[in-house]
Amino acid sequence: MLFEQDVRCLLACSFDLKTFLTSFNQLVLQRGRGLVLAVPWFWLLLFFAVPFLILLRISVTDMGEGLDPFAPLVHMDAGRATLHLKLANYLSLLIDPESGWGETLYIESYGLSLKYALWTTVLSLLLGYPFAYFLARSSPKIRPLLLLMVMLPFWTSFLLRVYAWKGLLADQGLINNLMIFVGLVNEPIQLIYNDVSMLIGMTYVYLPFMVLPLYANLVKLDDRLLEAAQDLGATPWKSFWMITVPLSRSGIVAGSILVFIPCLGEFVIPSLLGGAENLMIGRVVWDEMFSSNNWPRASALAVVMIVGIVMPLAWYNQRLARKVEQELS
Amino acid sequence: MQTHGWRKYISRFWMTGVFGFFYLPLFFLITFSFNSTRQDSVFTGFSTRWYQALVHDSRLVDGFFLSLNVALLSATLATVLACLAAFALVRFGQFKGRTLFNAMLSSPLVMPEVIIGLSLLLLFVGMERMLNWPERGALTIMLGHALLGMAYASVVIQSRLQEMDKSIEEAALDLGCKPYQVFFLVTLPNISQALVAAWLLTFTLSFDDVVISEFLSGPGVTTLPQVIFSYARRGVNPSIYAAATLLMLVVSLAVLIYGIQTARQQKAATRLPLD
Repeated sequence: MLFEQDVRCLLACSFDLKTFLTSFNQLVLQRGRGLVLAVPWFWLLLFFAVPFLILLRISVTDMGEGLDPFAPLVHMDAGRATLHLKLANYLSLLIDPESGWGETLYIESYGLSLKYALWTTVLSLLLGYPFAYFLARSSPKIRPLLLLMVMLPFWTSFLLRVYAWKGLLADQGLINNLMIFVGLVNEPIQLIYNDVSMLIGMTYVYLPFMVLPLYANLVKLDDRLLEAAQDLGATPWKSFWMITVPLSRSGIVAGSILVFIPCLGEFVIPSLLGGAENLMIGRVVWDEMFSSNNWPRASALAVVMIVGIVMPLAWYNQRLARKVEQELS
Repeated sequence: MQTHGWRKYISRFWMTGVFGFFYLPLFFLITFSFNSTRQDSVFTGFSTRWYQALVHDSRLVDGFFLSLNVALLSATLATVLACLAAFALVRFGQFKGRTLFNAMLSSPLVMPEVIIGLSLLLLFVGMERMLNWPERGALTIMLGHALLGMAYASVVIQSRLQEMDKSIEEAALDLGCKPYQVFFLVTLPNISQALVAAWLLTFTLSFDDVVISEFLSGPGVTTLPQVIFSYARRGVNPSIYAAATLLMLVVSLAVLIYGIQTARQQKAATRLPLD
């Protein structure tokens, strides 16, 4: 059972002895400061850094023999230790033995996740921008009430709100009955377990994430700019596109990120509102882990997902920081 | 600039539409929790049978108490940890490893919960094999929720600490307070509102979470959202609608009380200079 050694080794490495010792020194020298730092450091290293390293470690090994979920990293062979690093799990995400390059379930589900996240972001922006705009322009008397009304559904259980859509969109559900009653359709159309229910559910849940940053941005807009544009002969429509929209760009970006990122890894909505074809990557990770019991492949999927999300965000952050620096100098 | 004429009507129309979209599922849940049959498309008559069924459903009731315990503990743990972390980030300036510290603290905000759940599960499995502890169950779920909650809580507390007037703390130091006395007597009371907000936020996060719990729970341990999730995948169950209605009632009441309290405080604050 070499796995235990691995974990012990990882624990030792990642605790970064030096940081720990300096923290300890500080503890003696300036007790308070060291203690304040040491507790969250310890917590984050144990519950954030170490799990990530274990994830990486498992993603580069095979499945183990017998009951072992994964093979040991170091093989002891006649007193010689050899390191076994396998990239097979990452390759298996790309290549299918039967259909060849790029035709795997994993690539398909990554693509679908991107597709749903993108469409949800676009729909939220289309619905949410005018809404946030009107909210920011509403009379200051009722604005706090309206804001509260945006947040209130947000405070009730996410799971229950998604579950409600399951009843609403069913073949015999309220929406289908209403459409038949109005005469829009003659017989129930399928609204659930397909793209329609997925997008309705995801837009419904993530719309407030778009509205709130946009509102915070739009409410700060200086009215004098619009008045000046009006004085200079711009139509309201033109001043909206040339002043309001460009000035609210940071709100648009913030809202889009806040919608796009959680959508990518969504697990509950595809489970409740999606059919067998609406497979998203979060669900695939789950199935690999618990149905196929293929821990190494689940880990490799997760690592790819982290790289796909954290890297672009880090890049964006860096760009933002550089821009701020440029503006300052 | 106020909107005028036909633009006012567009504004009304759009806002009504989006609010309708927001509230339709909630009205649906409330209405059909009082339905007399299992149907959820036609209202066949008023009854409270689903509320009785809810109270007698031991899985739901047990799940509720487990979720309550987990949420209380994890919110408290997350708020304490986040308070320390936020204090270090805002007040200690450039300490060693600050970038890494900050990155680890805020990463759970952007990481899919599936990944947080999976990596923590692997850690707990490893620890269990090595140390025979901790057994997967309420404790591991609580720790997972605390990790996620800490990221959110530290954002709330950091912004309050940045706003806070540093000179009060400096004055207390000048007047001979020890640093820990300053922290407990000056800093903490000043950020108490942010601490309450952070605690409430992490409590709701934990009480509502299903993904991390699904990964970290053990045999026989199911939180309320997990029970609801498993019922929901099976089909219509109006007991869940009843549970949702009760939950909404509690949340609305809490928001109402909080709102009245804040309004009263603001009134008192504006009256103060006249006294």
